[in-house]
Amino acid sequence: MHAPPVSATCLPIGSDADLAQVRQHVRRIAADLGFGLVQQTKLVTAVSELARNTLVHGGGGHMEIIRLEECGVRRGLRLSFVDAGPGIRDIDLAMTDGYTSGDGLGLGLSGARRLVQEFVLDSHPGRGTTVTITDWVSGVPSPRTGTP
Amino acid sequence: MKVAEYDTTPEVARELGAFLERRREQIAQRWADTALFRTVFTVSRDEAVEAGKAVLDALAEVARTGRLEDSGAPGFAAVREQLGRMAAARSRAGLGPSRIAGEVAGLREPAVALLRADLEDAAGEHTHACALALTVLMGTLRLVVMETTVGAGGELIARQRQQLLEMATPVIELWEGVVAVPLIGTLDSARTQVVMESLLEAIVDQRARYAILDITGVPTVDTFVAQHLMKTVAAARLMGAECIVSGIRPAIAQTIVHLGIDLGTITTRAGLADALAYALTGQGIVVSPPPRAGAGPR
Ligand SMILES: Nc1ncnc2c1ncn2[C@@H]1O[C@H](COP(=O)(O)OP(=O)(O)OP(=O)(O)O)[C@@H](O)[C@H]1O
Ligand SMILES: [Mg+2]
Repeated sequence: MHAPPVSATCLPIGSDADLAQVRQHVRRIAADLGFGLVQQTKLVTAVSELARNTLVHGGGGHMEIIRLEECGVRRGLRLSFVDAGPGIRDIDLAMTDGYTSGDGLGLGLSGARRLVQEFVLDSHPGRGTTVTITDWVSGVPSPRTGTP
Repeated sequence: MKVAEYDTTPEVARELGAFLERRREQIAQRWADTALFRTVFTVSRDEAVEAGKAVLDALAEVARTGRLEDSGAPGFAAVREQLGRMAAARSRAGLGPSRIAGEVAGLREPAVALLRADLEDAAGEHTHACALALTVLMGTLRLVVMETTVGAGGELIARQRQQLLEMATPVIELWEGVVAVPLIGTLDSARTQVVMESLLEAIVDQRARYAILDITGVPTVDTFVAQHLMKTVAAARLMGAECIVSGIRPAIAQTIVHLGIDLGTITTRAGLADALAYALTGQGIVVSPPPRAGAGPR
C-alpha cells in the first residue's frame, strides 16, 4: 500500500569502519529528508545497534536503504539489515530486555524497536536474519499538495 | 536551542570548507613556520607557504564533501604524494612515526585559533561545532600522513594505528587530582580500549581522585558505547577515583532512556565546567560563579 520506493542503495557491513560509514550515511539522508534532531539521533542509534548485530552476531552482511515518498503526504526511510548468519532461534527471548548470548547489555534489539516507528524481525535458523525498520518524518507534511 | 552534531550537519562541514578557503593564506603562513614545513621546504619560505596552501585546498575539498572522518576521501588524492614526501623527509631527519604524527597534530592549533577569531560573534555552540569538525578533519589528515609512511607490512600499520589512537585520546590533567578525556568522534572497539587504558594510567600517574569523561564530541551513544562508559567508571572506581560523565546532549539523553540503558549509578554533569566544579567541590575547593556582567560592586 506504500508508494513505490524512490531510490534504493546498499551498503556493506563487514567492519567497525563500515558501522561508522553506515551511521553517517543514514544521518545524512535523514537530515536531508527533514527528520528533526531528536528523531535523527534515535534513528541513527537504532541503526548502530542493528548494524552491529549484523556484524557481531550475523557475521557481516549489508544494509539496504529505501527512501519512501507517499505522493507528498509523508516521507520516510526504510532500512533493512540483512545477514546470512546463524539466525535467531527464539525471537521472543532475543527481544527481551537484557537478554544477550554474548557479553552485551542485551538492549540492542529491544531498544532499537523502541527507537523507531516500525520494526520487523525476520529470522530463519541456519539461514540468516533480516531486520527492517521504518521511520516517517514527523510534523507538518510537505506543502506541495493541498488536502485531498 | 539547536544542538550541534558536527558529523551530521552538512552546513558545518560546508562552513568549515569556506573558512579554510577564506583563511588559506593566513593558515599557510603560520604553517610555513612549523618544523614540518620549514625543514622540508628549504628552498624558500614561499615554497613552504605554497605547500601549505596545497594541503589546505585538499582539506577544504574534503570538508565540502562532508567526509571529515574518511582518510580515503578523494580530496586528499592531490596532496597524498606531497604529504608522503614530507613524512619521508622528517623520517630521514631521524623522527619516529609518533613524532611526525605529533608535528602534523601541531598544525591544528593555528587553524583553530583563526577559526575561533572568525566566529567570535557566532553562538558558542556553533563555534564549538565548527572547532570540533576542524579537529576531526585534522585528525584525518594525520591519518593520511601516517598511511603514506607505511609501505608494506600490516604489523607496522597496526602499530602506527595504535599510536594514532593514543594521540587522538589525550588525557588532560585539569587540576591537581582531576583528569579528563574529551572523547571526539566514533568510538569503535579499538578506540574504547585505548580510552580506558590511558584514563586508568593517568589516574595512577596523577593520583587522581576524579576522572571526567566528556562525550560532547561523540555523535552516537548506543549500547556498545554506554557499556564501555559503565566499564570505565567501574574500573576507575576500583582505582579509587570517581568518574563523572559530562556532555550528554538532550537528544542523546532521550535516546539513552528509550534504549533502556540505566546510567543511574553514574555521576553526570551537563558540561565539562560543571563536572570540574563538582570535582573541585569534592576536594574541598569552593567554586563561586563568575561575577554577573553589569552588576555593580556591592
Ligand atoms: N543478526 C543476528 N543474527 C543472529 N543472532 C542475533 C542477531 N541479532 C541479535 N541476535 C541475538 O539476539 C541477542 C540479543 O540482541 P541484542 O542486540 O539485544 O543484544 P546484544 O547484541 O547481545 O548486546 P547489546 O546490548 O550490546 O546489543 C543477541 O545476543 C544474539 O544472540
Ligand atoms: Mg546488539
